[in-house]
Amino acid sequence: MAARELREAGLDRTVLLTVPGVLLVLLLFIYPFAYGLFLSFAPKTGGIWANYARFFGDERLYGTIAKTFWIALPATLLNLALALPMAYQLRRATRLQRAVTTALVVPITLGTVLVAEGMLNYLGPQGWLNRLLIDLHLVAAPVRLIHNYWGVLLSLVVTGFPFAFLLTLSYVTGIDPVLAQAAATLGAGRGRQFLHIYLPLLAPGLAITFCLSFVQAFSVFPSAILLGAPAGPTRVISIAAYQAAFEDYDYSMASAIAMLMGLAQLIVVVAVLGLRGVFYRGPAAGAKG
Amino acid sequence: MPRDNSGFRELRLDAISRRFGGAVALDRLSLAIARGEFIALLGPSGCGKSTALNCIAGLLALTGGAIWLDERRIDGLPPEERGFGMIFQNYALFPHMSVRRNIGFGLAMRGVGREEIRRRVDAALALIRLAEHADKLPGQLSGGQQQRVAIARAIVIEPPVILMDEPLSNLDAKLRIEMRSEIKRIHQELGRATVYVTHDQEEALSLADRIVVLKDGVTQQIGAPEELYARPANLDVALFMGYRNAIAARIEGVEGGQAVISIGQIRLRGTAAGHPGGGDATAAIRPEDFVLGPGPNAVRGRAETVEYCGRDYLVEFLTQDGHRLYARTETRVRPGDFVEWHVPPDRVLVYPSGK
Ligand SMILES: Nc1ncnc2c1ncn2[C@@H]1O[C@H](COP(=O)(O)OP(=O)(O)OP(=O)(O)O)[C@@H](O)[C@H]1O
Ligand SMILES: [Mg+2]
Repeated sequence: MAARELREAGLDRTVLLTVPGVLLVLLLFIYPFAYGLFLSFAPKTGGIWANYARFFGDERLYGTIAKTFWIALPATLLNLALALPMAYQLRRATRLQRAVTTALVVPITLGTVLVAEGMLNYLGPQGWLNRLLIDLHLVAAPVRLIHNYWGVLLSLVVTGFPFAFLLTLSYVTGIDPVLAQAAATLGAGRGRQFLHIYLPLLAPGLAITFCLSFVQAFSVFPSAILLGAPAGPTRVISIAAYQAAFEDYDYSMASAIAMLMGLAQLIVVVAVLGLRGVFYRGPAAGAKG
Repeated sequence: MPRDNSGFRELRLDAISRRFGGAVALDRLSLAIARGEFIALLGPSGCGKSTALNCIAGLLALTGGAIWLDERRIDGLPPEERGFGMIFQNYALFPHMSVRRNIGFGLAMRGVGREEIRRRVDAALALIRLAEHADKLPGQLSGGQQQRVAIARAIVIEPPVILMDEPLSNLDAKLRIEMRSEIKRIHQELGRATVYVTHDQEEALSLADRIVVLKDGVTQQIGAPEELYARPANLDVALFMGYRNAIAARIEGVEGGQAVISIGQIRLRGTAAGHPGGGDATAAIRPEDFVLGPGPNAVRGRAETVEYCGRDYLVEFLTQDGHRLYARTETRVRPGDFVEWHVPPDRVLVYPSGK
């Protein structure tokens, strides 16, 4: 009767297990979000839309959106483009796979600030990279890799790649290698095995990896300041929010910027996850359990 | 793209071996498979059947030996260049492709035109009786339906050699018999070589031109079904061929080409497989070779359990000195009945213990 119907709809007493989690989400995410949203419509001066009007009226503010995209999108695509072939090559459980996996966990645990500081030293005019390039006579003068766009992009690759790689690897290893073998016996060489078997089965996972990597890159802050040109090309949207909050003490404006930042991320995530519906999303095995 | 090998004469396995770490999964299997021949690889679970098949397909590298297709050595070629069709033990259907695309995959890889693919896939679908499921994904099919798609996918490319890894293991009895004759028919129509892995002796006997019996990776016997059935080379093969009674016996002597053995107080004449001499041996008798009623070469006992098997009864009986034996008869026997059987001497195989 009713109890059974509920159970078939996925509702039974185990639903209670989700209560603490739901409360936590409400407390930690929904409340601050609602508070920020409310605050953004209560500007210091002007009507409720004043903050948003100011944002879109000032090139120094609305320009940050394009700048952030211009850093976050290439960084995300680069991370994925590097992670996919590498994860694919390392899909078999070998000692190399374990070594690489362990080595890449390290930059994740270090955090963005530490990586940015390290890169300041390595990539600076006196850093070993430039010295090496000069000693090898590949360049005459030090290459400028910090305090500009490239510094930030590089730091996003260093911090974002391990994450993208590990996530992609877990998706790749979830695909039964027997499927590629079957394709091989049907005449598919290595390239076509990847194209017809791995890629379509990986697509949903890659979409998730893209979204998570993108959101991470979009909220870039420490490296944009430490390694970038925070007054110029790497004045990303989080810097604008920071300045509004802690230099102008205009929390209302800062909230509005944060809301727009979230909206931009949301649009990208929804678009990419929407694409996911096009692909097969089931167990990636060759047979029923 | 695989080259067209369909005109080959012979696929020759030359002492092919495969080891995993220290363990030998396949030990020097040698076999020449003629075009048009149907070979069954028979053996218990873990004996190296799938390993052998994967080696032939090119999915596993050999650790010893060579594979020849006529004068061409092919064991260095990747699977896509050998172009052998393979039906995997767990089907390995592509989960993101419809039944139709799964079956058409090999043709598409060979650059066959769209219309032709459609036509040939339709024919294959009709053959496996899944035409109405053509647009489903494999995950929406039952196990037996998936298995049939796997069969269709492998045969639609008309490969020179078809490798089948227990393709009927998941079908119900009726469909199994149907698909069995279907496989035989396809094999005869295509006239290519088939290597068929099974652990079901009945399947092997009914399908194969020749049977290879493996145990622990080692070839036990290669021969025609009749040969294996009548003359298993050793006790392991005999057990696999349905010689359910394996009784410890003593060889008392040889008379007129027949071994005289004693099993406790029972004396039997049997046929010696291997060197008949004195000493310990094992007598192997199939339950269906016992004949109910008195006669020469008699065995008596009391029926313990009786299983009704449709056509006949399987009787488990206990001899006077406590040997538990199995016999088949069409006559109704009740548990507790005293039963007397006899068995033709040429149906008692005597394997001397030790080699
Ligand atoms: N990748 C592997 N690594 C290590 N050992 C393996 C591997 N594959 C198979 N083996 C071993 O090789 C032996 C033969 O395995 P195989 O799969 O060929 O058996 P099989 O005859 O097909 O058995 P079944 O009837 O159960 O399918 C087994 O002992 C198995 O444990
Ligand atoms: Mg197997």
